[in-house]
Amino acid sequence: MSAVVDEHDDHHHDDHAHGPEKGLLRWIITTNHKDIGTLYLFFALAMFFVGGIMAMIIRAELFEPGMQFVEPKFFNSMTTMHALVMVFGAVMPAFVGLANWMIPMMIGAPDMALPRMNNMSFWVLVAGVLLLASTLFMEGGAPAGGWTLYPPLVLQTGKALPFAVFSVHLLGISSIMGAINIIATIFNMRAPGMTLMKMPLFVWTWLITAFLLIAVMPVFAGAVTMLLTDRFFGTSFFDAAGGGDPVLYQHIFWFFGHPEVYIMILPTFGVASTIIPVFARKPLFGYSSMVYATASIAFLSFIVWAHHMFTVGMPMAGELYFMYATMLIAIPTGVKVFNWTATMWKGAMTFEAPMLFSIAFVVLFTIGGFTGLMMAVAPTDFQYHDTYFIVAHFHYTLVPASVFILMAAGYYWLPKWTGNMYNEKIGQLHFWLSVVSVNILFFPQHFLGLAGMPRRIPDYAVQFADWNMISSIGGFIFGASQLLFLYIVIDTIRGGTGEKVTDEVWEDAHKHGLEWTLPSPPPYHTFTTPPEVIPTEHI
Amino acid sequence: MNEEIKKKNTRLVRKLLLIAVAMFGFGYALVPIYDVLCDITGLNGKVESQAVKEIIYPIDKNREITVEFITSLNEAAPMLFRAETKKLKVHPGEYYTVNFYAENKTNKVMKAQAIPSISPGLAAEYFKKTECFCFTEQTFNAREGRTMPVRFVVNPDLPKQYKTITLAYTFFDNTKPDNTK
Repeated sequence: MSAVVDEHDDHHHDDHAHGPEKGLLRWIITTNHKDIGTLYLFFALAMFFVGGIMAMIIRAELFEPGMQFVEPKFFNSMTTMHALVMVFGAVMPAFVGLANWMIPMMIGAPDMALPRMNNMSFWVLVAGVLLLASTLFMEGGAPAGGWTLYPPLVLQTGKALPFAVFSVHLLGISSIMGAINIIATIFNMRAPGMTLMKMPLFVWTWLITAFLLIAVMPVFAGAVTMLLTDRFFGTSFFDAAGGGDPVLYQHIFWFFGHPEVYIMILPTFGVASTIIPVFARKPLFGYSSMVYATASIAFLSFIVWAHHMFTVGMPMAGELYFMYATMLIAIPTGVKVFNWTATMWKGAMTFEAPMLFSIAFVVLFTIGGFTGLMMAVAPTDFQYHDTYFIVAHFHYTLVPASVFILMAAGYYWLPKWTGNMYNEKIGQLHFWLSVVSVNILFFPQHFLGLAGMPRRIPDYAVQFADWNMISSIGGFIFGASQLLFLYIVIDTIRGGTGEKVTDEVWEDAHKHGLEWTLPSPPPYHTFTTPPEVIPTEHI
Repeated sequence: MNEEIKKKNTRLVRKLLLIAVAMFGFGYALVPIYDVLCDITGLNGKVESQAVKEIIYPIDKNREITVEFITSLNEAAPMLFRAETKKLKVHPGEYYTVNFYAENKTNKVMKAQAIPSISPGLAAEYFKKTECFCFTEQTFNAREGRTMPVRFVVNPDLPKQYKTITLAYTFFDNTKPDNTK
């Protein structure tokens, strides 16, 4: 891949005194926000396929009842590793990649505030994910106790446990460094006139996400450290024999875990709020309410964690508190959904791939939100807990939400990044195949869950056979369709349709964001002098 | 990048790093906070780990509570462990003694700790034990088996809605300091 990009940068090399390094070394030592953004995005795309292969193994095994292809232990490793790879290897790095590429260009800054730390946070991420992947080849196999790493089950992991724990430490360090960099960039590097309440929503949502990361990644690091000392150094944080309590782990984990799921969805909201106005040819409806809603969601994420553990035997008062607090989240989230709808209302809409993915996000994320409300109701949650219903719920909020929006972002900004137009026909095909198959894949899982199929099992009762088969077929189509996206990305970098795009790429996009006032592709260094006019159409 | 912005960045990074370090500490602070909260509220079925003095309560002959006894072994600890009484109808305020039998199935000396749990959790504070093998670590010689008593009383203040209390013991093999194989 690097060869391709090198070629395209050589083209600009003559114009700039400080061009990129030649060859492979460029990518290792780079401190340029665009290069690091590209690294993050390619790494995330690669991990998306690695995690995807694991998902395909899971769906193949569940295609029919009975044991077909893999050992139960390996199956459990697959569910665990699929989640960890997708969360920490694909979705989070993809958004960090977008942040790296876009935030400086959106706020008129020459680069990220701390370019060297930026490089380090990427390579620490790679080390963390490689360490995690290496556990697959260890004696006793990769962690298989679920991505939540609940003790005492996770303490039965073989040689892999300390490696998984150190991998979480590295991923945490990488995320925290990335988050600090983003906050410093946004606070200190904005162009004159770019006040906080003029920032594009993508920048706002990332600012809030970065604070969430700094607040909760260390808590997770602490929790896994306690697992490590429980196993190897004789502490008893979670060991009942020594006076500890495994339920304590769940509290600490979900204190991290609930903000963590918003770390994956808030930047999603930001990208959707960026794309929808451009293709509806209207300003975003309710800009400031979007900012406040994002902040409210972030705040609420800290006080609802125990809705993940309604069945541990909490007292009535606790169940009620966490139930009502959780339902509160529907209000700011509803504000956002209505704002996107109102933005589209009577807009002169066109339906290019970025817009299609964004509209699908609004609709399908809302389904995920509604099932979330169902599970917020403590008494009904006892039925849904640890079944395929929760699997369907969070996949709706992650796949046709976060992942779709990442695809939308790819289509939306690829022409800006490369200067080439992607193939719209294949993009449309990719969208329609994805949106249909993702529903075939995940919608039946609601039925399976309501009928009582537990999650994280390699075999199941024959009554669940039909819907599992349909779900697997949807999964295979969805998985295969994503190869189209890979093709489009490579094709666009290599020249795409051959059509050279304008600076603003999309009609009137320059009114919506500073990045569209730059040439396509943007030169290696941009906004070395701050821009003079701040677009305000997005407000 | 000019010097002023660099200085601002450094100051901000220091503050943010401080937050991150503080939050790492907060994760650990959750451990005592959790114990204190469970203690204050009596949640979670946490049971007193020390014997209480035998106080004379008024005996409520009109009320009958079913107490169930459950035994289990953690991670296939090499033991036999059973309750000699599975179920007992008791009057609040009256003292009862039930026996449990545990046996070391190995040819080595074994140290084991029994951990009690009571459900419903909110009833735990009304279930008082004056004698229990769970208060201290038990040492079993090779192949040794013995009968161990538990003496308890249900406090008559137990709220009316509780009709059944389940007392569960799990024996943990503590012979090795950690679980690594």
